Amino acid sequence: MSEEFKLEIVNPEKSFLSKEDVTEVLVPAYEGDMGILKDHISIISFLKPGILKVFSKSGEDKYYVEDGIIEFKDNTLSILTSSIFSLDKIDRSYVSQSLSDTEKLLSKEDLDDQSRFLISQKIDVLKSISSN
Amino acid sequence: MASLDDLKKRILSVKSTQKITKAMKMVAAAKLKRAQENAEKGRPYSEKMNNIILNLSNGISDKENAPKLLAGTGNDKVHLCVVLTSDRGLCGGFNSNIIKKAKAYFSKITSEGKNLKIITVGSKGYDQLKRQYNDKIVNKISFKESKNINFFDAEKVSKIIIESFQKNEFDVCTIFYNKFKNVITQIPQAQQIIPLKSSETGNDNAKDNYEFEPEEDEILGNLLPKNISTQIFKAMLENSASEQGSRMSAMDNATRNAGEMVDKLTIQYNRSRQAAITKELIEIISGAESL
Repeated sequence: MSEEFKLEIVNPEKSFLSKEDVTEVLVPAYEGDMGILKDHISIISFLKPGILKVFSKSGEDKYYVEDGIIEFKDNTLSILTSSIFSLDKIDRSYVSQSLSDTEKLLSKEDLDDQSRFLISQKIDVLKSISSN
Repeated sequence: MASLDDLKKRILSVKSTQKITKAMKMVAAAKLKRAQENAEKGRPYSEKMNNIILNLSNGISDKENAPKLLAGTGNDKVHLCVVLTSDRGLCGGFNSNIIKKAKAYFSKITSEGKNLKIITVGSKGYDQLKRQYNDKIVNKISFKESKNINFFDAEKVSKIIIESFQKNEFDVCTIFYNKFKNVITQIPQAQQIIPLKSSETGNDNAKDNYEFEPEEDEILGNLLPKNISTQIFKAMLENSASEQGSRMSAMDNATRNAGEMVDKLTIQYNRSRQAAITKELIEIISGAESL
């Protein structure tokens, strides 16, 4: 029995990635990281900034996502995101720029808990990327 | 009758106009191809988004407490119209068609005694609307600097809309743009984005049982603003494809017309040159005869 399912990552501009032979996807869902295997129950959730890991026969790919929505249905995982970068090709200067921008955001006073949480998440992830 | 010199100058000037329109047509054709590709590439995202929203809104049991972006404010007094046009002219009826559609809607709204607010995106729309509706225009946005249509621009527009919605500045929001059908046909569209019309979210057959994490309304609250950006982005993509298509056919027509004009002027030029020669000959002959 095959353990593979389909993964589609789409940007507003284009289809970012489409893979048929994915065995597991680890997504940074809003309420904690979530591993998705074949025959997962249909689910809709959204993402917080984090690392998205895709496992397939050909190996493991890592992506950095800032936000997005995921939908799993009929063994197809769709990820809709406006900002996703492959971790191998990510631009160092973009990371540091985005890190300093986000830190500035955090220093603002009028943040609600939710956005404060998202922003600090983003900072943590960006820091871990730049330290690698 | 124009002199030979004048005719010559006119032929030259029409020819150089023709060169320009021909070049513009080529450029528009190349850009059209890209714009069309972009519009096609962007489709999966907006379709998926629509499906998810549909599923979510079906899953919401408590319609009363649904997010306002979905359900509306309950009022129907202030209408916000977002008119998407191009930044450049010379594209046939492209901008005028949108404006015409928008103006028909405006007059319908005002005749029903409702308030009207306008946001123009693209400088041409502002130019055409400012005379008649200057006091209604609350904001004008132009993306002249950005070369390509990108999602950030769409997000900027939707941010403005959502912020003003949260301040209760309007009840209904409609966007106007041209839908690209083919090179010669673009259909001006009016699409209501706030509150979301259930008929535009698709068919009800796509209903599925989903797990939601976090709760439906929380996801929906997060998703609806994104959907607005997506819808605007889609409209911008369609618009840019339409603009290039419209420009291409307009420039094609202009090139053809210029060709016809050159032919006509050339005939006129040749005739009057011949007439001048004949006249001169007659003068010489009659001069010789009189001797």
